Amino acid sequence: MTDTDAVDPEEVRHVAGLARVDLDEEEVERFAEQFGDILAYFDALDDVPETDREADLANVFRADEVHEGLTQDEALQNAPESEDGRFKGPRVG
Amino acid sequence: MAAQDSPGEGRLVADDFDDEHGAFLTVERVEGADDGPLAGATVAVKDNISTDGVRTTCGSAMLADYVPPYDATVVERLKDAGATIVGKTNMDEFGMGTTTETSAFGPTDNPAAPGRVPGGSSGGSAAAVAAGQADYALGSDTGGSIRCPAAFCGVVGIKPTYGLVSRYGLVAYANSLEQIGPIARDVAGAAAVLDAIAGPDERDATTRHDTREDLAEAYGGQHPADATAYADAADGDVEGLSVGVVTDLVEGADEAVVERFESALDDLRAAGATTHEVSLPSVETAVQAYYVIAMSEASSNLARFDGVRYGQSGGYEGDWNETFAKAREEGFGEEVKRRILLGTYALSAGYHDKYYKQAQDARAWLKQDFDEAFEDADVLASPTMPVPPFELGESLDDPLQMYLADANTVPVNLANLPAISVPAGETDRGPVGLQLVGPAFGEETIIRAGSALE
Repeated sequence: MTDTDAVDPEEVRHVAGLARVDLDEEEVERFAEQFGDILAYFDALDDVPETDREADLANVFRADEVHEGLTQDEALQNAPESEDGRFKGPRVG
Repeated sequence: MAAQDSPGEGRLVADDFDDEHGAFLTVERVEGADDGPLAGATVAVKDNISTDGVRTTCGSAMLADYVPPYDATVVERLKDAGATIVGKTNMDEFGMGTTTETSAFGPTDNPAAPGRVPGGSSGGSAAAVAAGQADYALGSDTGGSIRCPAAFCGVVGIKPTYGLVSRYGLVAYANSLEQIGPIARDVAGAAAVLDAIAGPDERDATTRHDTREDLAEAYGGQHPADATAYADAADGDVEGLSVGVVTDLVEGADEAVVERFESALDDLRAAGATTHEVSLPSVETAVQAYYVIAMSEASSNLARFDGVRYGQSGGYEGDWNETFAKAREEGFGEEVKRRILLGTYALSAGYHDKYYKQAQDARAWLKQDFDEAFEDADVLASPTMPVPPFELGESLDDPLQMYLADANTVPVNLANLPAISVPAGETDRGPVGLQLVGPAFGEETIIRAGSALE
């Protein structure tokens, strides 16, 4: 693994946008360098042989019954802002 | 000590409470039932496990003020068993780390090796037990987060089979990998806590293994947790036990670690166990597969922290996406951002097949390798960590080097198997742990084998 594997800072900004995480410029630079090494290391997965995956699955659904849940107050108690018993968020677009 | 030099802001620990290693984030006593198998025992709970009315931060500034309105199933069960909860313990932010240094509230010091890390991510839990501040502790293990700090702090930790213990009330990081489990000073203690918390939970579909006919048949018609008393299995009887030594996980380890490991194997042989060498070629890609899967699941799980329902708010300048991105910039530490971004990258168009799909193939390969190894072995042994505890601050600059330290523990999570870490002695840099891995729902066997080393 060498520094030549560095990821383009523009690509880091793009992924940060997709993930909805703002980054400062220093973080972008640092991540670009580190991601190169880490992704190059992940390339070893190219050598994994094909394996039969035996799906050993069982249906574990429980009966669809109404249970007691959180009260409205409890559900709202950790919201930074609420109004009239509802969460208050920023505008959508 | 470093932990005292930088205790971090925001810990809720009273001045008269002696927490010289910085194991706790919140100290608050919650009494359990008057009697029960754990009556009189104290338990410290990792701060990503929900406690009704008691702050649960996940070691993150994002959740510095979050107070859950309900108990996790494991906490409810501990209280029903008579245990007293004594507080919430420090951890790597959202469980992402191997040293308990990525906590937003500052690091924890290792009581068994002062000046060194306690391991992570359940470092506060292991430190609280090692320092005698609690009889037992709960941790969570996504890639080794119970076993690593148990090894570094010289205590016992059990990562249960996936599905044995309810995850309801655990703040999710990587759902398909993580299990809650006990940390204690001895194997019998850890097993007693496992007895209290294990078993099906209708609020967590991943524990509903009691409905599986093959399992019920194997355990006399019962769920494995109900068919067994784990504490009774800690009898040290390993006569005729077949131990497979995973050579791939011994070769790269530190010399002093290997010495302690070999000496512990001698003890097992002296007690009547036989050993043979086993090679698991698939462990070579386990770390890569683990991080791709864990980061991918994290990128999705942590999307809930938007500063609207809970979490730090980014304010209301701009639209939802802008506010959301700002809240997350401020609320998350660097390791959490790194993993969310790498996970988003691994799942993004054009890279999904290259990273995520291949990681799932590697996971299937590992499962196959383990299945074959258990045809000839009752348990598999390796050092828990390839190295003794790092010095505080030693490893923060190079994330890749840190990820490599998890090589011995992550295969177990990928294969959903149970494993125990028991103390195997000391080096001049701190304690060493020996890891015993069992087949699925083979907790009894690893507890029995682990207890032979005490």
